[in-house]
Amino acid sequence: MPLQRIKPTPPSDDKRWKLIDVTMRRNGYAGHALIETLHSVQDAFGYLDDPAMKFVASALNLPLSKVYGVATFYHLFTLKPKGKHTCVVCTGTACYIKGAGELIDGVSEKYDVPLGETTADRNLSLIGARCVGACGLAPAVVLDGVMLGKLKVDDLLEHIEKVI
Amino acid sequence: MIQTPTPNVRVVTFKIDDRDFSAREDETIIQVAWENGIRVPSLCYLEGLSVWGACRLCVVEIVGSPRLVSSCSTRVAEGMEIRTDSERLQAYRRMILELLFSERNHVCSVCVSNGHCELQNLAQQCGMDHVRVPYRNKVYQVDSSHDLFRVDHNRCVLCSRCIRVCDEIEGAHTWDSKGRGIDTQVITDLNRPWGESDSCTGCGKCVQVCPTGALVQQGTSVGEMHKDRKFLPYLSRMRDAQ
Amino acid sequence: MHIDELNELAEQIRTQHQSCQHCVRVCMAASCQSSGADDVLKRLEDAAPEGDQVQVKSVGCMGLCSAGPLVEVRSRGDDQPIMYQHVESQDAEEIMGSLGDSVVQRLECPTSIPFFQRQQKIVLENSGIIDPEDIEDYIAADGYSALVEALTESSPAEVLNEVNLSGLRGRGGGGYPTGLKWSTVAKMPATQKYVICNADEGDPGAFMDRAVLESDPHRILEGMALAAYAVGANRGYIYVRAEYPLAIDRLKKSIRQATRKGLLGANVCDTPFSFDIEVRLGAGAFVCGEETALMQSVEGERGQPRPRPPYPAELGLWGFPTLINNVETYANIAPIVRNGGEWFASIGTERSKGTKVFALAGRIHNTGLIEVPMGVPLREIVEEIGGGVPDGRRFKAVQTGGPSGGCLPAEQMDLPVDYDSLREVGSIMGSGGMIVMDETSSMVDVARYFMEFCMTESCGKCVPCRVGTYQMHELLTKIAAGKGTSADLALLEELCEVVQMTSLCGLGQTAPNPVVSTLQYFRHEYEEKLIRDEFVDMEQQTEEMEAVS
Ligand SMILES: Cc1cc2nc3c(=O)[nH]c(=O)nc-3n(C[C@H](O)[C@H](O)[C@H](O)COP(=O)(O)O)c2cc1C
Ligand code: SF4
Ligand code: FES
Repeated sequence: MPLQRIKPTPPSDDKRWKLIDVTMRRNGYAGHALIETLHSVQDAFGYLDDPAMKFVASALNLPLSKVYGVATFYHLFTLKPKGKHTCVVCTGTACYIKGAGELIDGVSEKYDVPLGETTADRNLSLIGARCVGACGLAPAVVLDGVMLGKLKVDDLLEHIEKVI
Repeated sequence: MIQTPTPNVRVVTFKIDDRDFSAREDETIIQVAWENGIRVPSLCYLEGLSVWGACRLCVVEIVGSPRLVSSCSTRVAEGMEIRTDSERLQAYRRMILELLFSERNHVCSVCVSNGHCELQNLAQQCGMDHVRVPYRNKVYQVDSSHDLFRVDHNRCVLCSRCIRVCDEIEGAHTWDSKGRGIDTQVITDLNRPWGESDSCTGCGKCVQVCPTGALVQQGTSVGEMHKDRKFLPYLSRMRDAQ
Repeated sequence: MHIDELNELAEQIRTQHQSCQHCVRVCMAASCQSSGADDVLKRLEDAAPEGDQVQVKSVGCMGLCSAGPLVEVRSRGDDQPIMYQHVESQDAEEIMGSLGDSVVQRLECPTSIPFFQRQQKIVLENSGIIDPEDIEDYIAADGYSALVEALTESSPAEVLNEVNLSGLRGRGGGGYPTGLKWSTVAKMPATQKYVICNADEGDPGAFMDRAVLESDPHRILEGMALAAYAVGANRGYIYVRAEYPLAIDRLKKSIRQATRKGLLGANVCDTPFSFDIEVRLGAGAFVCGEETALMQSVEGERGQPRPRPPYPAELGLWGFPTLINNVETYANIAPIVRNGGEWFASIGTERSKGTKVFALAGRIHNTGLIEVPMGVPLREIVEEIGGGVPDGRRFKAVQTGGPSGGCLPAEQMDLPVDYDSLREVGSIMGSGGMIVMDETSSMVDVARYFMEFCMTESCGKCVPCRVGTYQMHELLTKIAAGKGTSADLALLEELCEVVQMTSLCGLGQTAPNPVVSTLQYFRHEYEEKLIRDEFVDMEQQTEEMEAVS
């Protein structure tokens, strides 16, 4: 006799959990919707924490270790909150050839933040991305969702100053 | 992943290392080789668990094909000519073992599995006596939080046997791996200490299938850890029959 | 819908379009959009006169990304459109004012240059011309006619036959004959089969698939539906990398539009054929472009490949026979079915048929997308179409095939670009990224860059790739820093062979390629960086002496 499925309660009464439920319901609460669901958690909350992963695991009837395994396999998922602003430097081949490394070093040095990390005041995250598909604009950066192209270090620092 | 045997499968004839054999076409190369005393090295393969195909120690040559295949995942076929022990294969296997030894810390002399370790045996079998690639020298933690067992990640070769036995036989899926590439590591539940795991039943199957001293019983000292896998063929057959 | 109805609809839409005198097209693909095409479009729309004399339209990629934002003006009666480059929003009024009597010379982008003249477009035939968000635009350009005609007038075997005749080979990198793959899936007796479009495009430096998805999404849906009809599948998945939000958005929109028109969904065109397509997102893993890993990912698992055989055609998604093809492969299907396999086979070379889209980037004048017949010499692509290396620098190498490919030196510039020629000289066609490098690039650094890529993208399942790429990266770093010895180089070469031969999937099997090819053509660059053997001995001696004392 299969046990009755229990619908778990979300970790908080934050309205954003409704969005996540919509994603899961659209996929019939099937385990194969795990990646879609994690995307929607991250879109809503910015990152995946333990309570969120526990909730997703029980809602989709998946083992905890599997959810953790998937969440850490894919580089777009992050278990730590990002900074208020994000600077994504493309490190694809075209951008690499045209000096993406210098952009990273420049930002890293000025804001004292290593690649892949967030500044101590949680204001700026410096992230590397695999080819954002804008090779014609190399080197390219996505600053708070806005694509910037053909950048020199000083241009980029100026742009960052403007947003933060 | 490999389909379950269907009732009317054909019998095929083929050669392994110049000897003639015949077998059902749903048998894999490694199965036939082992049944006939041909010791193809392997690490991730364990009869009774699903095929993983990851250690690559079992690669063999198929005459006429430029590619090597893993014998644990490849089925025999009519007319196939298989070579399991060319010099080239021996050299590749030694290098794969060197890579494994360089990846984490495998100092046998202080290990509870010393003398009963599959990695150690493989090094002997394949004649790997020194490591030419630099050691990674990364120190992993030892998790002794469980009452009965201990996991020492320094000895883990990521064969995934523990993950598979826990999922496929015990049905708990306590184990999985986190991260990827060189940063892959086995975990329990949400990467919490093993002793805090809600899903672990404490059955110890993972410990018994682990080829090295990564998963061991608490309280064992150097060379004392023997593994016992008698349970696996039986449970696996019963699971299949369900 | 019957083919006559579709043709009638197409005719209607075309007549509507012809009622306007000037059509102003603004490229809204990712690259132009990020250089400000949004504002340009808005200002042009504001500046356009009332009525249907002038139509302002947002379209997909026009190809010359480095000159964006691009705007194209086509006036009725003129057969040559005028193209404007680097357009800014304040230029809108001037462009509108010039319509019909003059050209804004300051902004004109000459279309007589080889970049435009040497191309032959099949995959990109609609790109930069139709509005990707409007199914009617696609229909007006003969879209869906191949599907509707096939469903109502041909058998699946006939469709398969055309694809076989065309000689089309997979554009995802391997170059496997598409017809053969389809036949295998078609022959499988299963009742449930799947069709997957691989839109993961993980090769850093390639953006062809992105352009097709963003500029002409219906073409992919039509290609997939034809494939499903030919092989007997009724469900499709498009696996797109999450880094392409615009493409995802447009695909979802297109699926809705096509379903509403009855071109997808249950009983397409009132035939027994039903086909649904769902979009699935990647999450930043290059290895998920590998077909078995991709299927794992669609099933919500860690994207780790499994040994083949069994191939997806026998044992695919959820254990059912599955057809996986690349975006560009599907983009060729509708034209092949529409014009016949023989037409397609007449383009290209003996063993590589049709055209190929390349993404030109790096140290080259014209960065952007081009589509040329297979077999065009590399020199023509780099020097003529690409406009050569800028800033008076010297060409050094062109990298094809991304992290699985190789670097070709100046001596290989007369090579015809096709699957087999590239493989013979130690590179691969790959998905179509071409990165040009000049004398400022160090080949050891380039090899190290790609190895770093493979190391961080390795899934970690098999030992040779997981640890081998790490060790090769260490060795390359050491050599690049001038600290390597000839023994290190020898060990590197040995590792290359072991990783190539024993890795589980294509990622590991090809990860050493950039090293092997740079060693083949630029070995001296490695050797120049090594510590000379006599100094190695001396260093060892000093160490030993220190140890003794
Ligand atoms: C590591 C790796 C990455 C790959 N990435 C892609 C990719 O991004 N897009 C793609 O179409 N094929 C990719 N492939 C090839 C696919 O495995 C598969 O061969 C292809 O999608 C088949 O389509 P085709 O026959 O139309 O080329 C990749 C292969 C490997 C080994
Ligand atoms: S070759 Fe690399 S990516 Fe492929 S299975 Fe092995 S570890 Fe994973
Ligand atoms: S035993 Fe075959 S790959 Fe490990």
